[in-house]
Amino acid sequence: MDIAIQIGVVLFQIVLVLGGVLTHVAYLTYAERKVLSDMQDRLGPMEVGPHGLLQPLADGLKLFFKEDIIPSGANKIIFSAAPILVLVPALIGFAVVPFGRDSLQIGSIEITPYIADLNIGVLYILAFASIGAYGILLGGWASNSKYALLGGLRSAAQCISYELPLGLALVGPILLAESLSLKTMTEAQGGGFWHWFIIVQPVAFVIYMICAIAETNRLPFDLPEAESELVAGFFTEYSGMRFSLFFLAEYGNMILVSCIAVVAFLGGWQAPFSFLEFIPPIIWFLAKIYFLLFFYIWLRATVPRLRFDQLMTFCWKVMLPLALVNALVTSIVKYIVT
Amino acid sequence: MTGQLLFLYFGGMTVAGAIVAVAAPNLVYSALALLVTFIHIAGIYILMNAEFIAAVQIIVYAGAILVLYLFVLMLFNPRQEKLYMHKQYKVGVFLGAVVLFLMLFAGFRTEILSLGGSYTPDLVEELGHTRAIGNALFTDFIFPFEMASLILLVAMFGAIILAGSGRRRRKGPGGRVDLSARDEAKKALADS
Repeated sequence: MDIAIQIGVVLFQIVLVLGGVLTHVAYLTYAERKVLSDMQDRLGPMEVGPHGLLQPLADGLKLFFKEDIIPSGANKIIFSAAPILVLVPALIGFAVVPFGRDSLQIGSIEITPYIADLNIGVLYILAFASIGAYGILLGGWASNSKYALLGGLRSAAQCISYELPLGLALVGPILLAESLSLKTMTEAQGGGFWHWFIIVQPVAFVIYMICAIAETNRLPFDLPEAESELVAGFFTEYSGMRFSLFFLAEYGNMILVSCIAVVAFLGGWQAPFSFLEFIPPIIWFLAKIYFLLFFYIWLRATVPRLRFDQLMTFCWKVMLPLALVNALVTSIVKYIVT
Repeated sequence: MTGQLLFLYFGGMTVAGAIVAVAAPNLVYSALALLVTFIHIAGIYILMNAEFIAAVQIIVYAGAILVLYLFVLMLFNPRQEKLYMHKQYKVGVFLGAVVLFLMLFAGFRTEILSLGGSYTPDLVEELGHTRAIGNALFTDFIFPFEMASLILLVAMFGAIILAGSGRRRRKGPGGRVDLSARDEAKKALADS
């Protein structure tokens, strides 16, 4: 009976987190269109619902009812598996993100604000993020189209290159928190915004944000989907629901990397000042994430796309040495201080 | 009981993945079967409470090395060998027999494995696996650890020199160098 309740609680948490994430993904597309159109001095989606608020629903329905096309030369099994291989790593990382401080007590049942507190939380997310490259690579290959293949190769090269400085940038907060668990990391940043790791690790934060944008294939690093050269990149041949899975994964990844940035650098659910602690922690967490997501969209509207060789040179000759030096300096300072 | 069932599952999938990797007609399928093997090996590590090793196993082997294999497979699209028994099979059988003998030897002579060190399972559990492995690597095993890093560094230099010594074009060979360098850097990241 006890085990049944436990499983029930965990399932409830999973439904809650995934439901929340997918709702955010849907409205992130809406927010992106609205913010972009605002920055370009136009209205954006206005027709479906008040101010176009039901647009994500309409889009979802449209994609759901579209014909599912598999190209005749494609490898059917891998072609169908690739979107799943991209989406699952994007969603599975949310299992370790601590969304709030307090557990919810209902009778004897305790509902924690995270699904699991792994003691290797950061590595867990990085491990699954690296699996995501397979879906992209295989999707491009299985389509049996040169644009998709080139897009897939580019994308995978970009992902595994930028994973390195991304991981190294997270070494700073890990050293400061002396833990790989995201929960402990958040708790280490309590007591005002001057305790947040962004204050002592500004370089790591900048490196992390740049690499996160590259990891999620967003502008200005969206070369895998550079439409002027590669049509739509690795998902050129995809349509209908399978296409929307890639889309979901991209936006899910955006939210996931924002979550990690908030936990590792911006204090997670901690309030910036102690007198603001009456606002529930989860509101703080969401506010920080919304800020980062807005920053993402803002960048998309502002910065033009890089060339591919520039992108690779930038990663290997600028980001990686910087991240290494940052990790070295942090460890030395940490050693001297403690 | 659950632990044993899980071990059977992970072990079985590891072996099955390895067999498919060798026997699959399509090289991309082989690579995918290898991915299955790697992930299930990580599962076995988790059963042994070695969650740090498990994560590193996925990041390094599944996330970096195998992706590079897939890269090469997709770029060059090599034909799979139709004949499984080619002329090097004698060497293969010999090496296989040696490895199998060593594994069985180690498996049955458990006193070799149980020599142990200062880190007993209880101590590891108390410290936490990540902390324990960090302590061990940077105190007792610092010399072998640094030697491994040095060997990897040599391999990296070798790869860069081999790839760079041929035609020097502005863009082309850069990709090659990056591939091996990335590979090694991933390993170095995992080691450090």
